[in-house]
This record gives sequence, C-alpha cells and structure tokens, in this order.
Amino acid sequence: MSIFVDETTRVVYQGLTGSQGRYYGLLNRDYGTQVVAGTNPRKAGEDVDGIPIFASVAEAVAETGATASCIFIPAPGVHDAVIEAAEGGVKFIVSVTEGVPAHDEARFYNRLRRDFPDVQLLGPNCPGIISPGKCNIGITAGHIALPGGPVGIVSRSGTLTYQALYELKQKGIGCTTCVGIGGDPVPGTSFIDCLAAFEEDPETKAVMMIGEIGGSAEEEAAAFIRDNMTKPVASYVAGVTAPPGKKMGHAGAIVSGGKGTAAAKMDALRSAGVQVGLNPTEAGELMAGIVAGL
Amino acid sequence: MDLFEYQGKQFFAGYGMPVSPGEIAFTVDEAVAAAERLGTPVMVKAQVHAGGRGKAGGVKFAATVDDVRTHASAILGLDIKGHVVGRVWIEKASDIAEEYYASFTLDRSEKKHLGMLSVEGGVEIETVAEENPDAIAKVWIDPVDGLSESECRSWVAAAGLPDAAVDRTVDILLKLYTAYVDGDADMVEINPLILTPEGQVHVLDAKVTLDANSVFRHEDYAAFDETQSRDERETAAHEIGLQYVGLDGSVGVIANGAGLAMSTVDVISQVGGAAANFLDIGGGADVDTMAGALEVINNDPAVRSIFINIFGGITRGEVVANGIVEALERVTINSPIVIRLDGTNADEGRMILEPHFSDSLQMASTMLEAAERAVGLATTASTGA
Repeated sequence: MSIFVDETTRVVYQGLTGSQGRYYGLLNRDYGTQVVAGTNPRKAGEDVDGIPIFASVAEAVAETGATASCIFIPAPGVHDAVIEAAEGGVKFIVSVTEGVPAHDEARFYNRLRRDFPDVQLLGPNCPGIISPGKCNIGITAGHIALPGGPVGIVSRSGTLTYQALYELKQKGIGCTTCVGIGGDPVPGTSFIDCLAAFEEDPETKAVMMIGEIGGSAEEEAAAFIRDNMTKPVASYVAGVTAPPGKKMGHAGAIVSGGKGTAAAKMDALRSAGVQVGLNPTEAGELMAGIVAGL
Repeated sequence: MDLFEYQGKQFFAGYGMPVSPGEIAFTVDEAVAAAERLGTPVMVKAQVHAGGRGKAGGVKFAATVDDVRTHASAILGLDIKGHVVGRVWIEKASDIAEEYYASFTLDRSEKKHLGMLSVEGGVEIETVAEENPDAIAKVWIDPVDGLSESECRSWVAAAGLPDAAVDRTVDILLKLYTAYVDGDADMVEINPLILTPEGQVHVLDAKVTLDANSVFRHEDYAAFDETQSRDERETAAHEIGLQYVGLDGSVGVIANGAGLAMSTVDVISQVGGAAANFLDIGGGADVDTMAGALEVINNDPAVRSIFINIFGGITRGEVVANGIVEALERVTINSPIVIRLDGTNADEGRMILEPHFSDSLQMASTMLEAAERAVGLATTASTGA
C-alpha cells in the first residue's frame, strides 16, 4: 500500500504546456504515473505528446476522471491555480513551484481547510510525492527509489529526500511512499498528516523523517509520535550550524528569536523515542538497523 | 527583507499611520542640517538591521543642534552587534505618557495570522512574554476573513488600554493589519506605540520584514533590497541569483538543494572544521551557475578548501561533471577542491572528472569522507604545512 497516491491516481498537470510542466509531466508519465490531462485556457483542444489539454481543471476532471493535480505554474499564479484545482474537483493537489508569497499560502491553506476539507494539498515548494513502482508526481528522480517498503519517508527538503531514498536503496531497503512536504512557512501537508497516514498504512513498518531548522513542525511531530505512533521512526534534522536570523535557502528555514533550532528539534524527537542521526548517512544506518530488527 | 526603522515608518505612513516627521542623514553635517529644518529637540537614531540599539548607545535625545552634532558623530560608524552604522534618522522628539507594543506575524503552527498587543511596550516583547505573559493580548486572524473592527476592538479591550487610547489604537491596528497583508510583510512591529500627554496615539518605532517572494507585485521593494545588510560575498552571490549565506569558517561549500547545503555545513562542523558559507546552486547546476558559484567562493579570502557536494536527482551526474570541468577552465581556483558526486549517473560523472584529478581536485565517495578531506586540506593550508 501507499499513502495519498497509488497506481489508480489520475493526474491533471496545470501548466503542462510550459517547459517545466512538459518536462516533468512526461517524465512522470514515463515512470508509469497516469498523466491524463493538462490545462491551459489558451491551448484547450491541443495536446502535449498525446496528453489532451483542457481549458480548466473542472473540464479535465469531467472529461478524464482526474483525481489529482500537479501544478507547474509560476509563483504569481499558484494561488489561483490551487483554488481552481480544488473547485475543479480533484482531491489531491501537488504544488511544486518555489517562491510563492507566504500570504498567498496562508490564504489558500485556510480556504481549502474551510471550503474543501477533503482536499489534500502538498507543497508549495516541494519535490512532490512518489510511491515507487506505482506513481510519481513532481520532480523526484524515480529510479533512485526502490519499490515495496517497508519504509515510509517524509521530508522538508528535496535533495535530502533523494539522499534518503538513495541511502535506503543502497542498503536494499524499499519505500512505500516518499512525501516531500517542502520548505515553506505554510506547507499544505504537515509531518503529522504523513505520520498519521503511515501509521494507518499496513505496508509501512517504519518511518524516516527529515526535518530542518525553522518553525515548530518537528516539535509538533515529536509530540504526535510520542502519543500516537506505534511504528519506529528514524530522523535527521538539517541546519545544526545555521546562524540565527538567516534564511538558509528555504523560506521557512530560519532560526528566529532563539526558536526553531536543530538542537531543540532533535531533543524533542529523541524524547519521543525517535532515533536521531547526526547526518543523513547515520540516519540511513539507524533506519537499516530498525528494518533489520522488524 | 528587513527594513530600516525609517523605511518602516515610510511604509507605515503610506498606509495612513501617524509617524513623526524626520529625515535620514548619512553624515554629521546632514544630521545637523536636518535638525535645523525640523527644529529641536530631536532624537538621533542609528539605522541598523539589529535590535538593542538603545543599549548600544545608538539612540540619543538631542535638546540642541550642538547635541545633534555630538551624538551623530558618536553614532555614525558605531558597531552595533556587527553592523556598522552608516545612516542616522533625525526625528522630532515626542512627549510620552504611555508605551504599548503591537505586532502582526504568521503563526506557523496555527497557520493563521497572529496579532500581539501589550500595554508593556518599550521593552523587548520576548522579555514580557517570559516575565509577564498575561500582559500580552493575542488575536488569531483567519487570512480569508481578515481582521474586523469589532474583533479589533475586543482585542484592544483585552489588552487593557486606557479609554483615551482605544479609538485611535483601533484605527492604527486596522491600518497596521492592512499594511501587513497588502504589503506582503512577514512581520510588522510597533514598539513602542505611544500615547502622548495630549491623548494622541503615535508610531515611535517601526520594525518591518517584507516577504522577498512578493516583489513581483511590489515594484517599489527593489529599493529596499538594495539596503539589505549583506557582506561583500553575499552581495556578489545575490547579484548572480545564488542562495548564499556567509559564515566564519575556511571550507567553501557548494551544494545542490537547500537541505543538502545545510547538511553539508553541519557535516563539516561534525568532523572538526567550519564552513565559510552556505551556498545552494539549485537543482540545475549548469556550467554558468557552477562557474559563478566557484568564483564567489574563490573571492573569499578565508577559504582554504572547497567542498562541492552534489546529489543528482533529475540532474544527471555527467551534466554536473561537465559543468565543473568547464567552470574550472573559466575560473582559476586558489584552493583545493573535494567533490562528492552521487545519485543519477554518478559513475558517468566520475569518469568525466577522472582525467582532471590532482592534488587540487579530488573525489570522495561519501559525504563524510569528502568533509573529512576538505577539512584536512583547509587545516593544512592554514598552518602552511
């Protein structure tokens, strides 16, 4: 099993006619993802390598039965694209774009929660989601992930997600689903959303969680793990040496007013029984130890 | 983007909030001329992107123009927490009856906007939060609904402001919220917001951080970008669009992805070294980006070795390797380089790099090994061995 997506997920790509959308949309299709439609109001009726283009998500859903959307639209248009996807009827939205204003994120996050409570948004500023062998939505390189499980991965960082997939694959360990929740201040999907879904998923036996400095998402995840998780968790938190007040690449990765440090996050995770590695390799080794003992 | 106090006040004034008249001065003579135009008494205030200006001697009351000359001479050039004062704000002095605190920011846990208001203004809000948390009235605002006047009124009542200040404070807070939202600010803070003996409510200090992701809809923010406090290295990197943060160590870092770059800096520290910088070249890692990144690192006199840490996802190893080889042809590098290349087509990448291997261009098979080697090289170089 997998969480959020599987081989039956039918995906419409908003922005499939753009260079990024086309590139990753076709790569995702090559991986085996059911890429059923694209949208562009000015190019409705055309196609991208055989994938039909519709004027809106609503039309794409009506014509193709799309159940998820992947947004490859420049940052200024992401707010409207997310709302269009939810109004169009998809239940899972992946927003890859980096550089979306925080106020836009806060607005569409709360709008979805109120008016579309059954819609799950992933991102913005995230690599997407991959359920190896079944479905890959976003920009993750499919071949670095080994299908099958037993590990579920959730991460705030793109390249560290790839690193984690790769470390596990080198050790012959498969992955049920790998979710990149992104490094922005208002992520649509939280660590807790993923941890709860992995806890429910019978095929996932252990979870790898990769955090970074800024905010309190790791501390909240630690509390959730302590109170609700029966499955073992290994973790790594990036940014131990990050200076306060500086944004480390990601908009959400900032230590401010002494809050959001890696040390505090690692302490919170350890006290919730999580095995914390000091670098990605060590976290991978800890996970290998967990898997060997399952 | 952090604004200077005077930029913050101009930003607030644009949304109709009452601020004191003032002028910016870059020299002592300009400060004196400004005070003569404004009329004394005035405040002479250091403009830096750092808190604790008052304690550091960066804020002074000047009763006369001679005082302005004395204080401006002392403050210009003053070092406040590593920021050298290059400009002072000369502002008409205000009479203060009471000092309040007001701010809006995003509560990342609640995913709503958070307004904070306190009658204990003029001191750091962190101190109030620790010593007397009940003195801070908080309101959580749904970004879809915004802040209504009635909500704002109950919030001001909860904070316990005196009746004489309520109407004017409500008006200012509603405008402050509009400035926060329409201006795409990460944070707006007035500390203190003052009540004068005449019953006026007035913005006496302004702290504003704007969201750099919103510049596409605020053309005027380019001017604020130019006054960010960056060191020379950060300015050079910013100009070519690299995500760069200057640090104090001697190992130059280039990595693809913010998380991997942070992790690289961490691992260097774990093996006993210190990184000279955080640098994320992004997913693409093409020749131009790599050459630009190498140039920025190369110009940093503190750098003794360079650690290039690339994990190929969609980006293929041979593309990265070609980028490095071409970049090395364009830029003459002063320090030895250790490369760790993993992920997609890493073997092909290594084969491309192999003919170029030497003492000054090495390959390591893991992140830890590469960090150890880069730190070793940096240590050797700085001891002159």
